[in-house]
Amino acid sequence: MDGFVQPVTGRGCADAVVPMERGQREVFCGLTGIIWLHRKIQDAFFLVVGSRTCAHLIQSAAGVMIFAEPRFATAIIDERDLAGLADCNDELDRVVTRLLERRPEIKLLFLVGSCPSEVIKLDLSRAAQRLSRQFMPGVRVLNYSGSGIETTFTQGEDACLASLVPILPTATTASLLVVGALAEVVEDQMRRLFAAMGVAPVAFLPPRSALDLPSVGPDTRYLLAQPFLSDTARALDERGAKRISAPFPLGVEGTTLWLTAAAEAFGVGAAALESAIAAPRERAERSLDRHRALLAGKRIFFFPDSQLELPLARFLSREMGMDLVEVGTPYLHRQHMTPELELLPEGTALVEGQDVERQLDRCRAEKPDLVVCGLGLANPLEAEGIATKWSIELLFSPTQGFDQAADLAELFARPLVRRAKLRV
Amino acid sequence: MQLTLWTYEGPPHVGAMRVATAMEGVHYVLHAPQGDTYADLLFTMIERLPKRPPVTYTTFQARDLGGDTAELFKNAAREAYERFQPEALLVGASCTAELIQDDPGGLARALNLPIPVVAVELPAYQKKENWGAGETFYQLVRACATPNAPPPGWTRTKNAVPTCNILGPTALGFRHRDDVREISELLARIGVTVNVVAPLGARPSDLARLGDADFNVVLYPETAGVTASWLTRTFQQPATKIVPIGVGATRDFIGEVCALAGIDAGPILADYAPRAAWYARSVDSTYLTGKRVFVFGDATHAIAAARVATDEFGFVVVGLGSYSREFGREVREAAKLYGVDPLLTDDYLEVEEKIAAAQPDLVLGTQMERHIAKRLRVPCAVISAPVHVQDFPARHSPQMGIEGANVLFDAWVHPLMMGLEEHLLTMFREDFEFHGEAAASHLGAGAAVAPPAPEPELVGAGAAVLVAAPEQQSAQPIVSAWSPDAEKELGKIPFFVRGKARRNTERFAQERGLGTITVETLYDAKAHFGR
Repeated sequence: MDGFVQPVTGRGCADAVVPMERGQREVFCGLTGIIWLHRKIQDAFFLVVGSRTCAHLIQSAAGVMIFAEPRFATAIIDERDLAGLADCNDELDRVVTRLLERRPEIKLLFLVGSCPSEVIKLDLSRAAQRLSRQFMPGVRVLNYSGSGIETTFTQGEDACLASLVPILPTATTASLLVVGALAEVVEDQMRRLFAAMGVAPVAFLPPRSALDLPSVGPDTRYLLAQPFLSDTARALDERGAKRISAPFPLGVEGTTLWLTAAAEAFGVGAAALESAIAAPRERAERSLDRHRALLAGKRIFFFPDSQLELPLARFLSREMGMDLVEVGTPYLHRQHMTPELELLPEGTALVEGQDVERQLDRCRAEKPDLVVCGLGLANPLEAEGIATKWSIELLFSPTQGFDQAADLAELFARPLVRRAKLRV
Repeated sequence: MQLTLWTYEGPPHVGAMRVATAMEGVHYVLHAPQGDTYADLLFTMIERLPKRPPVTYTTFQARDLGGDTAELFKNAAREAYERFQPEALLVGASCTAELIQDDPGGLARALNLPIPVVAVELPAYQKKENWGAGETFYQLVRACATPNAPPPGWTRTKNAVPTCNILGPTALGFRHRDDVREISELLARIGVTVNVVAPLGARPSDLARLGDADFNVVLYPETAGVTASWLTRTFQQPATKIVPIGVGATRDFIGEVCALAGIDAGPILADYAPRAAWYARSVDSTYLTGKRVFVFGDATHAIAAARVATDEFGFVVVGLGSYSREFGREVREAAKLYGVDPLLTDDYLEVEEKIAAAQPDLVLGTQMERHIAKRLRVPCAVISAPVHVQDFPARHSPQMGIEGANVLFDAWVHPLMMGLEEHLLTMFREDFEFHGEAAASHLGAGAAVAPPAPEPELVGAGAAVLVAAPEQQSAQPIVSAWSPDAEKELGKIPFFVRGKARRNTERFAQERGLGTITVETLYDAKAHFGR
């Protein structure tokens, strides 16, 4: 590994007391995850049971009309439902029936709870059971909550995957399960690496098809590919599966440690591991050099958003030489994040939760070179002269693994490159 | 419950945000759960505003519901006042907060802030964005202007120089920014002074002096209609009824404004010659004659577009609809003028069905219809909100007034084949690179109107929609079968008239009970309908 990466001396931030901030949270709710999940599971449909706001959120966050006929929709609750003039369950059955008639290729339907459905206590789990009985074996109906009162942005994916865990077939043999939605190109690279290491069989959750659910059992070891999957992990633990603790596969170091953890869990020798990953690792290290020249010494500030903040900060600090001004995260899952915290420079300003106004005050006072934030804040900060990177792009782009390490670095370099180029 | 793939309008509190964001010196405290802050991106990303909307959200979570959400709201309102020092505070609830019934208005008033607090109740399960914008504007105007309301028995005296207000433009409006500039310039040319433009750019103190104007110019009845009626009742200010979209409507608008201002319209209209009017009469535009156009949008823009399409392009309106249910009467009346059934719906799927069935040559719609048209391979121009980042062009691009009429001419002609090009296609329809499937030359490779696949897919796309709606399918008569030769001959007809040729031929065959359509049937039908 490049000499730039500092060896771990102490416990990094593992023992840090992280302040919790409360105030206005400028984050998406968990419904937003539908935008990538509906592309990932290609025969699944996501029906939000909510308000016009929910429908408007998803279409606004996705950019209006990317997909002519998306595999998501909203059953909008209206005043008749609230006044009890219409029975919500009858209404939901009617809407689902119409939907499934229209889309016969759908094999898995998620009823997605929202803030209004939670507040009126509409029991979507019973509705899902009832509709499953009606439409099985053609269509299975599950439910989860993507409501803002219960989930922040990426927690929607967590809730979705957690709802899948109970229906996974039972495994009787040892296997590796990689958990978290990944771009297909990343998934394919990882399959090749695991095969080269001799780790088999390997399955991914979520699968690309609802008919291709991975099995899980006491001999399943699982590796989280995303840092926001605490409920899914708990559900997998309940099925007897065992988590492999590791940093997340962002950057060369993260990917190396992630694969090494899998190798250790599956008894792969150091030589076999090295022969499988040496070439892509070296290729990735070389590809990072270009971006390091630009990013090293630059000061970066993270607004809390996707829960990817800690692994990203670790990558940018240790591999790109960036200075961490503040690293906000909506939630800090201590157990899953310990390997990341250990790698973060001691004394890093970590903040859990958010008070957006106070955070903006700190950000303006610090004048960082680059700010990672949501879509609502990016242009206003740019207008104030602060370079930004939209955090949602970090979810929508293939960033994990060796061959994406440079792409990940480039996402942070691009705003700086662009500013240097422009003469307007 | 309504199954919704795409919505034409957001919830009503987004309408309130459009008003608050358009104004200066107003701050909106919105009781809303975590996640509702997504609405900020509408303004910062779609409209590319360089500032955050002036909105504080309480962003409550599940754990707060067990505690004191009312206290959370009061703290948020107090802190927002201290931090932003607005001249007026707008307070309200989003859909979820409406359910927990915390009464933001009462809570905010209890804070005894030294500024007006305007509570807007926007029933989120009943109303939508434009209604919310209209109601919010009305409540703000009432709160700010009422102290200056004249006593009973007062009679208005005219200002020395005729003066008006321009009402309706908001943030996130379809070309509102450009319309305001265009109409302000037009009014200046007429000799009318603008007192206040609102909500866009106005402060609460500006709303307080709305009554100083002689009359009101209502650009967008969806957002300003209710306010204008109240101003008429309270300040005896008449309001314009004509929305100046298109050559003819702008001419009528000039006449209406002059009448309200007591100015002779003669000299102004004598010079009135928008370039679009000449372009429409020029021979090159002959090819536009009789093109079938489907119009859908908000009521104001859809009704105006139907008139422009008919009178200023020589198109035939084959469909007219709107998602603005509040303006159903106006849409129905307009539809009568064109002999079409009015389509009043906010169901995207229904609009798609109707467009597929109408087989238009051009769709004038919203970003939603642009997508429908793309699927059906029909050209489309966007005339109305909901907005997309493309609807905020860098250049001045109004829809209203003289330049607006010119913009409409360019924008609607652009997706179509140009005149002589259309003729050449008819002559050389088997040329390998200059054929019916090719895009119009000025649109470049891969343009949306270019149908890369042969015609059966065009029919397939429409058919898929019909199959998806059984009730629609049952209404369709049994279709005569096309012989392979006739199908091939049909393929030689340029794609932009092929739908019409297919439809006419099938109708001709059915009326005569012909089971098979041959090449002869095709030409018989052509002769029959070409009379």
